Amino acid sequence: MNAAVDPGPQEGALRAALRGRRFDAVVIGGSAGGVDALVALLPAIPAGYSLPVFCILHMPGDRDSRLAELFDERLPVPVKEAADKEEIAPGTVYFAGPGYHLSVERDRTFSISCEPPVHFARPAIDVLMESSADTYGPGLAGILLTGANHDGADGMARIRARGGFTVVQDPADAQVPTMPVSAINRCKPNLILPLARIHALLPMLEMNEP
Amino acid sequence: MHSLPSDDIEMRMLIEAVYLKYNYDFRDYTGASQKRRVVAALRAMECETISALQARVMHDPAAFAQLLQFLTIPVTEMFRDPDYYLAVRRLVVPFLKTYPSLNVWVAGCSTGEEVYSLAILLHEEGLLERTQMYATDINPESLEAARRGVMPLDKMRAYTENYQKAGGTRAFSDYYTAAYGGALFDRALVENVTFADHSLATDAVFAETHFISCRNVMIYFNRRLQNRVLGLFHESLCHRGFLGLGGKESIDFSSFAQQFEPLAKRERVFRKVAS
Repeated sequence: MNAAVDPGPQEGALRAALRGRRFDAVVIGGSAGGVDALVALLPAIPAGYSLPVFCILHMPGDRDSRLAELFDERLPVPVKEAADKEEIAPGTVYFAGPGYHLSVERDRTFSISCEPPVHFARPAIDVLMESSADTYGPGLAGILLTGANHDGADGMARIRARGGFTVVQDPADAQVPTMPVSAINRCKPNLILPLARIHALLPMLEMNEP
Repeated sequence: MHSLPSDDIEMRMLIEAVYLKYNYDFRDYTGASQKRRVVAALRAMECETISALQARVMHDPAAFAQLLQFLTIPVTEMFRDPDYYLAVRRLVVPFLKTYPSLNVWVAGCSTGEEVYSLAILLHEEGLLERTQMYATDINPESLEAARRGVMPLDKMRAYTENYQKAGGTRAFSDYYTAAYGGALFDRALVENVTFADHSLATDAVFAETHFISCRNVMIYFNRRLQNRVLGLFHESLCHRGFLGLGGKESIDFSSFAQQFEPLAKRERVFRKVAS
């Protein structure tokens, strides 16, 4: 990680930012550099974590992705690719599969669709974030990581508009700053943090009581 | 009880109005993608709100015809997921060859890409002449495009690659000529194809079939409608008939999970179990 990056707020400050919030789900999006970022970030999830976590990365092509398998070996919680009409279970990390958009429905199930790509991406971060925001409202935490694309900015804006909590990776800390910068300009996130502080924040999301 | 967000209420009213006024039943479509498509329609049709769109659609059938293009999902390609066609060729065709005549149903055929793909496959396997194919959809504009069989020329490169991966035995360009600003597919391919308006949400079974291909259609339906459609397919299929679905579709969550067995699990080719 870049030594010039601001280490970011310490634990007390993060807690203060989360005060009064209670979350039901977390959605994390990333593009270029996103796999490395998730490899660094997701191990922050402890065994017995109560929230479902939806992860979406832009991957080349429509080919089978092994992301869920890769992380299932590394994390102490169940990790799987989100399936059409599957009920969202607590404490599970879901990955959006390749070639289809992934949405969250009002009844807290997943749905997939093969409408045209959004920002050249299918799955698109905006699609997952907007539908998650519509379903979870203030109970959603959205995290946007490194990427070379403008996908995710509208999604993060929707999360904010529905009262959810938004965290963008500090562009100075991101492998590719385009996506974080685009989201910061679009949605005025609640927090802009280097990855190491998002790592500290992730386990706190399940513990906050009003 | 919490009140629904306004746009959820407006969506429900729009979909109900479309059903009551025009008899198109989108009430059991999944909400998130439907809402995205309606929001796209708002922009294209220059309406401020979903309620305003509803008012327009109620009083103007031409506006409804325009909205219908958004409510349905005409996104498809020829030989999409080549492994599926390869599985049909290797695992389904040998059984189909044992029948003197065949009924094949492409349900939700959209603009016809899958119809032409299957017709090519059946032709190369020597089955097309004895096959009656039914290609059904609810969108009249899509059906008309399917009948015409003119595909964008710029897609031909990708389709050729798909065709080859799908086990195609000839030159893909044998099947089309450049015409009408696109690739016009050989009319002989669809000589025995009946293109028909049929709603999986409201209509009944119309024929006994040996093979049904319905790919990436049911992902837009909720479980209730998925169950209805699988019921139709089960009723339509002959003893030990075949069903092909989209690459991420599953019958595991449906009430028909026990009525079909996977023939090619990854490629989503199923077979009706003996009753």
